[in-house]
Amino acid sequence: MSNSARNAILAKLRVALPESSALPQLPAEGPWQKFEDPVRRFQEVLEGVGGKLVRVATVREAGEYLESDDRWVKATVRWSAVEGLGQSTIDMNAIPDPHELENVDFAVLRGGLGVAENAAVWVTDEGLRHRVLFFIPQHLALAIPARRIVHNMHEAYAAVQVSRQAFSCFISGPSKTADIEQSLVIGAHGARSLIVFLVEEWEH
Amino acid sequence: MSHPALAQQFTSDRTRAEWHDRSLWFVREKRDRMAHGVPEWELLREHASAIKLHTMSQLPHYLEQFEKNAAARGIIVHWAETADDHNRIVYEILQRHGVRRVVKSKSMLTEECHLNPFLEKRGMEVVDTDLGERIVQLRQEAPSHIVLPAIHIRKEEVGECFHEHLGTEKGASDPNYLTEAARNHLRERFCKADAGITGVNFAIAETGGFVVCTNEGNADLGVSLPKLHIACMGIEKLLPRASDLAVFLRLLARSATGQPITTYSSHFHGPREGCELHVVLVDNGRSSILQSPDFRRSLNCIRCGACMNTCPVYRRSGGHSYETTVPGPIGSILAPVREPEKHSSLPFACTLCGSCTDVCPVKIDLHHQLLAMRGHIDAKHLLPVSKKLSMKLVSAVLSRTWLYNTMGWLARVSLKWAPRFAVYNPLNGWGRQRELPIPPSATFRQMFAQRRAGRKSAESGAAAPVAREGSKSREGSQTGGQA
Repeated sequence: MSNSARNAILAKLRVALPESSALPQLPAEGPWQKFEDPVRRFQEVLEGVGGKLVRVATVREAGEYLESDDRWVKATVRWSAVEGLGQSTIDMNAIPDPHELENVDFAVLRGGLGVAENAAVWVTDEGLRHRVLFFIPQHLALAIPARRIVHNMHEAYAAVQVSRQAFSCFISGPSKTADIEQSLVIGAHGARSLIVFLVEEWEH
Repeated sequence: MSHPALAQQFTSDRTRAEWHDRSLWFVREKRDRMAHGVPEWELLREHASAIKLHTMSQLPHYLEQFEKNAAARGIIVHWAETADDHNRIVYEILQRHGVRRVVKSKSMLTEECHLNPFLEKRGMEVVDTDLGERIVQLRQEAPSHIVLPAIHIRKEEVGECFHEHLGTEKGASDPNYLTEAARNHLRERFCKADAGITGVNFAIAETGGFVVCTNEGNADLGVSLPKLHIACMGIEKLLPRASDLAVFLRLLARSATGQPITTYSSHFHGPREGCELHVVLVDNGRSSILQSPDFRRSLNCIRCGACMNTCPVYRRSGGHSYETTVPGPIGSILAPVREPEKHSSLPFACTLCGSCTDVCPVKIDLHHQLLAMRGHIDAKHLLPVSKKLSMKLVSAVLSRTWLYNTMGWLARVSLKWAPRFAVYNPLNGWGRQRELPIPPSATFRQMFAQRRAGRKSAESGAAAPVAREGSKSREGSQTGGQA
């Protein structure tokens, strides 16, 4: 059945296709929006969407910051994918079923790059057993190397390979909704807060 | 029921209608601020339009490319000619996995196919997980907007609904409190679900993957826990290259809600380990729309809802008055293209102001299509007699200068001198909900003639060519008609 539906649809589409037109070229270098200070722009937009930027020299310094953050300190179940950035309370290798992560309070994960125009952080499931870790924890922190801030989405797509991993995502701020009378509420289904660590000296 | 009849019901509650209008205008203003913050905004729109037109011109090729690349990544691709086929395919996959509980994120396609009732009738529980969609699902309503499904509902009504279904405190109306209650309620559903169903915002031919955008994270939670993910997409959602996503992700959220990007833009390129990922490609009339030169550009639509937020008719009549899955300007094309008999009043729910065309991120010529659709409705003899007669009358008046002048004079005189009951009578629809204007002391034609006479005497000798006199009078009457 599937094959006959496929052929019927394709045949029907070929009956009267519109005249062919050119596909525009989209060079990564522009003419796209760029910023004098991309990190500052990233920070402004991130704060605008409810997140927080923390600039640190090293991963260790990011870990120290977490120790001063109430949400981290009070978290019972924590997990960090970044060595030296926060102590995990659970062993991911011992968790075969993602449903067991329902009670994770705080997760620290790696980001590949940050986009200045919209404060989006590129993340993938590389080396990550359960992709739900980006969505299920009450609070989330993403750590990215400071030199990996690009200006806009065109540069971002040129810098990553979208199909390398089964899952990848741009995350911009914590989860939110405005479905009740257009009132913005942070913490819809995913993380209630998002910290982005921009790490100066870091071999990713 | 026709759009005017349903719109009248909506506007009978004036406070609510005005609140609805303001809420959507607020979103439209946010969109403007975002669009103005991107210097190359117009270029992005042009590129988006060109990418879509190109893709449509080679859609069979790109669909085959997508299928091949998706299969290579372990994604199982299905094809559905109709809504029924789509529902059956989804049901069979679910049945094979012994699924009883399904969580679904927002997908206009599954709304279009009426998937929920189909599955529910066969004993499955389907939970819509987008907050707005959950609200309308609990109230047993359809969404009234494609991006803001519950935009027509007041927070007090959400409070009542949640009190009844989720056991929240009676009389509660604080959005924070209500959202928290929904979060906890839906978390439980996420954790118990046997399968997740999502829509698709964009599929990429060259990689065989697809992108789903949400703010709440409900699509991702819904498909990252159970072992089965089914993604349903219309065949027009395809883009040729991954780099095209940059253009569309820059446009989508800015146009939709005035955000720089949605919180989550998830790229799926294969199943999780030990899990299954299915994509259902659905035609359901799209190939017919592609064959129509007048309306094929409506397939460019990326479902941002910007045309609804800006539309003066939508804002004042509410999404339900359209009785379609997709309401507003774009819906007034998509619905009558398929079912002209059922939706013949929709292309007339439009002032032809062109605001929708101005904000559309993929440059669909919406108001031109709406005008063309009126012609199609007429050609199919679907116009009501009242409309046909009044059109004949107006055409008779506008094509005769003397009659136009006489009627204009009559209107001015009666507006000024006739008693109220004579002007605001049941036959005069224009006086129903508004005060008619006080006629100006001179008509446009009088002012125009005066100005010309003045100029003539000033620039003696350099008079306007007499040959244009004839056409001038017709132009004058047309402009006067609008004023």
